[in-house]
Amino acid sequence: MRPVAAILRKDLVVELRTKESVPSMAIFAVTTFVIFHFGLDRDRLEGELAAGVLWVTLLFAAILGINRLFVAEREQGGFDGILMAPIERTSLLIAKAGALFSYLLALELIALPIFALFFLSDGFWEALPRLLVVAILADFGLAVMGALLASIAVHTRARDLLLPLLLLPLTVPVMIAAASATKPLLSIPMETSGVGKWLAVLALYDLIFGLLAYAVFDFLMED
Amino acid sequence: MEVEQVEPAQQPVSAGSGEAILLGDVTRRYGEREALRAVSTRLAVGHTLAVFGPNGAGKTTLLRMLATLLIPHEGTLRVFGSDLPREAHRVRPLVGFLSHDPLLYRDLSGRENLLFYARLYDVPEPASRIAYLLDVTGMGRRADDPVASLSRGMAQRLAVCRAVLHRPQLLLLDEPRAHLDPQAATAVDDLIGPGSDATRVLVTHDLEHGLAEADQVLALRDGYVVADAPVDQISASDIRGVYGGSVT
Repeated sequence: MRPVAAILRKDLVVELRTKESVPSMAIFAVTTFVIFHFGLDRDRLEGELAAGVLWVTLLFAAILGINRLFVAEREQGGFDGILMAPIERTSLLIAKAGALFSYLLALELIALPIFALFFLSDGFWEALPRLLVVAILADFGLAVMGALLASIAVHTRARDLLLPLLLLPLTVPVMIAAASATKPLLSIPMETSGVGKWLAVLALYDLIFGLLAYAVFDFLMED
Repeated sequence: MEVEQVEPAQQPVSAGSGEAILLGDVTRRYGEREALRAVSTRLAVGHTLAVFGPNGAGKTTLLRMLATLLIPHEGTLRVFGSDLPREAHRVRPLVGFLSHDPLLYRDLSGRENLLFYARLYDVPEPASRIAYLLDVTGMGRRADDPVASLSRGMAQRLAVCRAVLHRPQLLLLDEPRAHLDPQAATAVDDLIGPGSDATRVLVTHDLEHGLAEADQVLALRDGYVVADAPVDQISASDIRGVYGGSVT
């Protein structure tokens, strides 16, 4: 775990110092809420529409952070430095996924209360604990797939284009499960039936794609 | 997920105890273009190989293969008895690579960068090792400044610290004195110069300096070996021919 901790710590220090990822993700999310607020011409949302607006916004905001995930490694030569070190190369994947997971949690800590302010009448605080469980499971899947695909896209010239093209289809199951789990939580009155099933789908996605990413990352980093 | 640490570094290899590097008909391609073509050479432990050749000759490709960053497409590549790329995990702890790029994060300070690499290489007592290297290279005073604020020469001094941080037995040096003033070049000599006790592969266009430090010379052109000889069997004018004409 030492190399994972070293890379993760380095990434978090750089992010705290440069503030390049989380603030831009948060600003994007808030701006998108404003656009939805006026575009839908609705003061209040509930159920599936609320869940859809929330998760689509969070996914697109996440893409901003994912795009920048390996930029320091690419632009400042860190890839060579890390790949030459006597460590398992999957340490890089785990650390990057860990950093992205932290960024997503920070984003949600900012975005969720603002979403509630714009769109929810009441019941937000009641739904929040369950909403956080959904978010954590969805973030894990997004973080793993985001780190894996960013490591591929960063070596290409068209990475800004390539990353969403690869990421969006592969995260459709996460979005369906996260939105479906969120829908009853944002209904009025709040429901809890059916949430467990979608949480299990998210956990299964995390497990399968986590193992898949772990298995292929070494190969992707080869030469 | 638990990450297993790879095997620890091999025991130090003393000078004269065998071959540090063995290349047998190594070919490396980038797409259709062959950057190295059937390159063969060998280097004894503790010796210095000076690699000369014009731009695009394959010098950097050779260094990057020895650094385990590129795999050979054909031929045999062995470092301290370990086959590459199959046993790269054995070779990595033994290699220090000083490349064109300092491999330092601009938003971290020099000390933070070195501490980061010390963690990756599991360097014992990293703080004292880093303090020693910063002192030797004269970077102690600016060690806590962000790398982005340093001159290219200062970044190169930090890059030297990074390359030798884990006490590598094989130093891969690509124009190591680039950007260094004479005082700094002298300062880093103990770490990466002939007195470093490491086996060295030195890529340079500075013929006099390169020949003065070398035990063996390898000259490349268009990926081919055009000269491979002990330093006392090759002259500066021969090497100049590699750049401007044929080697006699």
